[in-house]
Amino acid sequence: MSPLPRQALASAFLRRKARWKPLEYGFWILALGAAFALPSQQLLLSEIAILALFAMSLDLIVGYAGILSLGHAAFFGVGAYAAGLLSLHLTAEPLTGLILSGAIAGLLGLATSYLVLRGSDLTKLMTTFGVSMLISEAANQAAWLTGGADGLSGILIDPIAGLFEFDLFGQTGYLYCLTVLFAALVIARRIVHAPFGLSLKAIKRNSRRAAMLGISPNRRIVVIYTLSAVYAGFAGALLTQTTSFVSPDVLAFHRSADVLLVLVLGGVGYLYGGVIGAVIFTVLRAWLSVVTPQYWMFWIGLVLVALVLVGRDRINPARLTAWVRTKTGRAAPSAAPLAKEEA
Amino acid sequence: MASVSRRLFMTGAALCSLLFSHAYAAETVKIGLVLPMTGPFASTGRQVEAGVKAYMALNGDTVAGKKVEVVLRDDAGTADQTRRIAQELVVKDGASMLMGFGLTPLALSVAPVLAQAKVPAIITSATTSIITQKSDYFVRTSMAGPQSAVPVATWAAKNGLKRVVTLVSDYGPGIDIEKGFTDQFKKDGGEILEAVRVPLQNPDFAPFLQRVRDTKPDAVFVFVPSGVGSIFMKQFVERGLRDAGIKLIATGDVTDDDLLNGMGDAALGVITGHFYSANHDSAENKAFVAEVRKANNNMRPNFMSVGGYDAMALAYAALKKTNGDTDGTKLVEAMKGMAWTSPRGPITIDAKTRDIVQDIYMREVKKVDGELYNVEFATFPKVRDPNTP
Repeated sequence: MSPLPRQALASAFLRRKARWKPLEYGFWILALGAAFALPSQQLLLSEIAILALFAMSLDLIVGYAGILSLGHAAFFGVGAYAAGLLSLHLTAEPLTGLILSGAIAGLLGLATSYLVLRGSDLTKLMTTFGVSMLISEAANQAAWLTGGADGLSGILIDPIAGLFEFDLFGQTGYLYCLTVLFAALVIARRIVHAPFGLSLKAIKRNSRRAAMLGISPNRRIVVIYTLSAVYAGFAGALLTQTTSFVSPDVLAFHRSADVLLVLVLGGVGYLYGGVIGAVIFTVLRAWLSVVTPQYWMFWIGLVLVALVLVGRDRINPARLTAWVRTKTGRAAPSAAPLAKEEA
Repeated sequence: MASVSRRLFMTGAALCSLLFSHAYAAETVKIGLVLPMTGPFASTGRQVEAGVKAYMALNGDTVAGKKVEVVLRDDAGTADQTRRIAQELVVKDGASMLMGFGLTPLALSVAPVLAQAKVPAIITSATTSIITQKSDYFVRTSMAGPQSAVPVATWAAKNGLKRVVTLVSDYGPGIDIEKGFTDQFKKDGGEILEAVRVPLQNPDFAPFLQRVRDTKPDAVFVFVPSGVGSIFMKQFVERGLRDAGIKLIATGDVTDDDLLNGMGDAALGVITGHFYSANHDSAENKAFVAEVRKANNNMRPNFMSVGGYDAMALAYAALKKTNGDTDGTKLVEAMKGMAWTSPRGPITIDAKTRDIVQDIYMREVKKVDGELYNVEFATFPKVRDPNTP
């Protein structure tokens, strides 16, 4: 047994998994086309893109590292406030603001990542929740910096790269959010399909066994948690930059809960789960709250329960194609093992 | 490339708006009503909506030859939703006026939209002083900052309450009101023994009330947002503050008409200052209260409701003045200096600040026909926002 064929096998496996699938191309073409085909829905689309990025960032830690978080809004909120404060006091240039806000959220992620290294799932849940409550109250009290309960207003954002101004229709905003989402996804894809990503999955399954195989769980968790915080910070910054306003509810508990819901809705551990969940959740909410402004929460609750009962796997494209293929009688060499693995 | 796609986009947008609004664009004026209809502030939304509907029921839905259509949307009290909805109402639905906004951050979040779209927004509920300074298109029909607190201070000082503890909820409007009361009270020769601020969320007043009791003041001045008042009232009596001879003076938010009956006899004798009582004695108010009760399962209108009613009154009056012209800048110009008699009494929109100038009444909670009401006994005419000169 020489190590060479095995290594070749492994890298072939990784390459196969990392290959862009036709469905993915289709999705991004649709997303880009929406910017021109749906001129009156740009604001909703931006909201979807932002929520998708936020949910993807949560997927990185929930789906890959197995850390359940009920306080992910902490990083989102810090990113949002950072973007607001940067544009008020330092520079109104959006890209600089975006990157710096992500970095600031990332620093917070790095600092708090050591808190989620120990303890059971429940402990981690409570720790993340506690951190987000602390930051939320700090933002509420530090009125001299954050505007307290009134939020930050008067934020003006320069045109992107000095060329594209944020318009009232929100088209620039959407294209901007979509670009950031795409870039973030490409990077995340590379990371999770690299050996690093595989080792994370190993940690998620059984961290003790992973450690015995020579994978250091702690260091990897710190890295992925920080990256996830950076992504959440980007999402928050995008919200600030497209709405030019920050209110204290960027840090509210319901935001952490919503994003977890979105992720569960779309499916955990394959990056697109957050994106799909964000599309379903936002469209459903926007539609229902127009149809029935008073009672939409009832209907959204009902739909969510129904979705969970039916099984969210039905809306997972990988499995859907597998299912379609088995029904049409064609063998599905790549999809079937994938489905088994994710079960 | 950018300009081509832009042109394409604009054409698309124009085409869409043509397709959807062509049929009745000329005759209909759309008003976007953005309110928290779900979540913790749902009662605000319900009351404002009731007020808006009552105005339309009493005054018809046509003005200056145009049909008025109200588009109600829920923002659940979340600022980024408010902002998106407001923007959509302007861009997609072609709303020529916006209305509503339950809380200060919700109102502030739409300021950039107003600046870009040049559409007036009438605030029916949020009260922080700074709002109207944040955009030239904000007009307010609720209350301006500590408007209701200042007369309470004057009244208290005149009526032998010299040593007072203030207790307010710790957020923008609370701090505004605390400052307004304290400044006026000191000017009138009173003494503030202690200023207590309680958290806005999950209020438990017990420890704070104990502190108040220990300082033995003549009275305690209270502001808590509408809805929290009943919890406060209950704990005030339970902690024995009333038995200790401490008087309760407050802004009308504490004895909100919507909830007053449910507070029971604990509320009797509480002195408040405010701009509206459902018990206000005028023909306009009787018609208003009767209409709201009829349309909403016998619900009593409160000060939020009258804010919505007057927002519609202002919108109608502005449209009449512009002869149906829906240009935002002209509408705001028309609103400036407008004066009329509302169910609450005479009110004016200040021409310079676009804020409301109104009478503030001192009221005492009494039983009228078996129900608890805020009965007015003194009037401070034409009170302005003390924070804006």
